[in-house]
Amino acid sequence: MSADLLSVSGLTKRFSRGGKAFAALDGVDFAIAPGETLALVGPSGSGKSTVARCILRLVEPDAGAIRFEGQDLLALSGAALRSMRARLQMVFQDPLAAFNPRATVARLINDPLRIHGLVPRAERPAAIAGLLERVGLSPDLATRHVHEISGGQRQRVAIARAIATKPRLIVLDEAVSALDVSVRAGVLRLLKALQDEDGLAYLFITHDLGVVRAVADRVAVMDAGRIVEQGEPAQIIGAPTSATAKALVSAAPRLLGGETKQTRE
Amino acid sequence: MSRLFLRSPEAVAGTIILALLVAMALAAPWLFPRDPLAIVGPAMLPPFQDWTLPLGTDRLGRDVLSGLFHGARTSLAVGLAAAATSIIVGVLVGTIAGFAGGWVDEVLMRITDAFQTVPGFLLALAFVSVAGPSLGVVVVAIALGAWTQPARITRAEVLSIRERDYVAGARVIGMHPAEIAFREVLPNALPPVLALSSVIVAAAVLTEAALSFLGLGDPNRVTWGGMIAEGRAVLRSAPFLSIVPGIALVLTVLGVYLLGEGAVEASAVKRGNA
Amino acid sequence: MSPLLSLRGLSVRYPGSKASLAALDSIDLDIAPGERLAIIGESGSGKSTLALAIANLLPGNALVQGAVEWPGLGRKAENGRDIGFVFQDPSASLDPVMRVGDQIAEVARANLGVGWRAAQALAIQLLDRVRLPEPKLAAQAFPHQLSGGQKQRVAIAAAIVGKPRLLIADEATSALDTIVQAEIMALIGRLVTEEGMSLLFISHDIALASQIADRIAVFRHGRLVEIGPARQIVSNPTDSYTRLLLDAHLGIDPHLEIDAHLEIDA
Repeated sequence: MSADLLSVSGLTKRFSRGGKAFAALDGVDFAIAPGETLALVGPSGSGKSTVARCILRLVEPDAGAIRFEGQDLLALSGAALRSMRARLQMVFQDPLAAFNPRATVARLINDPLRIHGLVPRAERPAAIAGLLERVGLSPDLATRHVHEISGGQRQRVAIARAIATKPRLIVLDEAVSALDVSVRAGVLRLLKALQDEDGLAYLFITHDLGVVRAVADRVAVMDAGRIVEQGEPAQIIGAPTSATAKALVSAAPRLLGGETKQTRE
Repeated sequence: MSRLFLRSPEAVAGTIILALLVAMALAAPWLFPRDPLAIVGPAMLPPFQDWTLPLGTDRLGRDVLSGLFHGARTSLAVGLAAAATSIIVGVLVGTIAGFAGGWVDEVLMRITDAFQTVPGFLLALAFVSVAGPSLGVVVVAIALGAWTQPARITRAEVLSIRERDYVAGARVIGMHPAEIAFREVLPNALPPVLALSSVIVAAAVLTEAALSFLGLGDPNRVTWGGMIAEGRAVLRSAPFLSIVPGIALVLTVLGVYLLGEGAVEASAVKRGNA
Repeated sequence: MSPLLSLRGLSVRYPGSKASLAALDSIDLDIAPGERLAIIGESGSGKSTLALAIANLLPGNALVQGAVEWPGLGRKAENGRDIGFVFQDPSASLDPVMRVGDQIAEVARANLGVGWRAAQALAIQLLDRVRLPEPKLAAQAFPHQLSGGQKQRVAIAAAIVGKPRLLIADEATSALDTIVQAEIMALIGRLVTEEGMSLLFISHDIALASQIADRIAVFRHGRLVEIGPARQIVSNPTDSYTRLLLDAHLGIDPHLEIDAHLEIDA
């Protein structure tokens, strides 16, 4: 257990909707090793994003434990929590929503460098340029506003912002779902390259098994706030045992996946 | 933005009116270097009789035109200062209440309620009668009744922005909550408040006039409200003494409204195009 | 047989954009009665502009050249009666404060000229046809009480109530998760067959399109780069961009290597 970078156990969160309480998370357990990519898949409403938000301390769980680098994450608060955040980052699905609409690219990347005091002020422009180059963007983009660049470029900026503080784990919440397919391949390749260079671990949240197969070391399948199946991608895609995994596998779009599918319901 | 802005006739009219008023206010000490409260001629001289005193004189023989120019200074200065104070205070209170939530929000909003239940003018009246009439006191007195509306609007806006992903994103990179509130949230909560600012300025100008009318303005300054009050005693024999500053007041409020209207429209068009 | 819909030299330009960049650039395209045509493209390809142009829903300032003709109708098409439209986001296309049954009945009354009572009966019938459980109860629900997939079913019911000849589905499943997406795809396929409608299926996902379409048209930067039978486009594309889209598809079939996908250059 001590070798785990992140371990989550018994994570429970209840929300109330229309006066009725329902469990968004109902005892979730999983762990991620350093440098590993764990994909968390499931239908919408299965609780995947709530898991992400609990780990990032954006939502407070009702019960359970989260340990990160051996530390009790839920016990941290204030300045200690903020300084831990350098090592645990997140990339959101829609970068346009995840960036202050008034910000320039430079300011977005500058913020984590400034907040965590990683780079002296005078050296920050060079550091920002370096980070932009690392994610495959031209340093000239630094002066642009976020609405002046393309969706793929925005997601690369989000990645640059996330890696600025040299984190050990990045939570990717549907980070490639909104991208054009031709752009998506490039972003996935970038994530893989960064992982190889820095030994980053990813928690990759998605509903797309194709993406899972391309990037994940392990998969956890969620449904109704629980993890119903865990294993290697090839195993889960090839021989799913849970009903949810079976449904996900049979629903995945295939190139000319047989005429039977379109008439069956 | 500026091209769009000047395309709407309201904006153009408002700009012209306000530009004239500002020019009047700025030119006052230069065109009328003498104290506007000084006696310069015979009392109650009607307008257009003597070209050195084109708008005539009041009961005490003071130059009406000079009073009008110097009064523009007071009206605009007090109106803008009071509006700026109430917007700044309101935005700060609204941002803190909306962003902090919990008991902080509860306390701040109950205080806002308390201020809102008392009519703003009554509050201003009470404050000036206690603190004594001076320019600064009048500004504070007007702001006292006007900050609640910007506070409520800002809070509502902040409550919605607080849930957006980019605020979560700022927390994730470890930004301090105070910086999130004032650097990430507040600037994005401003547009609806600024759209309201013309209404607040106009109301402040009117409140200032009303206070002066009741004799609660700064006694050492000429104000339009004070001029109207002066003329009231001789309303039958010299109605122009009340009508002239009255027209100036109406034009000011109209100009501010039109300008605000034009600005809101232009920004809406800009947003629609984006 | 004459086509239902025929586009000839259709170009669309939005004022203010660069003169060299047309949203659509001289498109020639036919849709046969009962045919399922998929339009594939990424953002900025012009695929949504095409749908809006066909349904005559372009913004007033758009500059349109060329012709949108309806040989299969012999007259101009009317939305609702001749064209049914399903958008990406059902919460945006449904009225949040109107019961879903009433929304469908409203469309029925406007397009079929039936009375309110008959229209409501028809709405319940349609909710049953799009497989909403308990259609009578569902008709009484407001949109926010339904899930994303259920809302899209309601939107589909409203789109087909006028018995249109052409159903346009513009990214109708991209806001849904894969399981619900597969269900909605199956529903659209079944309804198109049963009603004998033509289908214009607009998507960024070539694999998804290949499952439902007879023909696939690939769009890029406002131009039609390749069109052909779905099987041919998927197995033997002639255009390099089509090949790129196919290569970028991340399938789950085990015979394709993971790294092979990631070698492909965008």
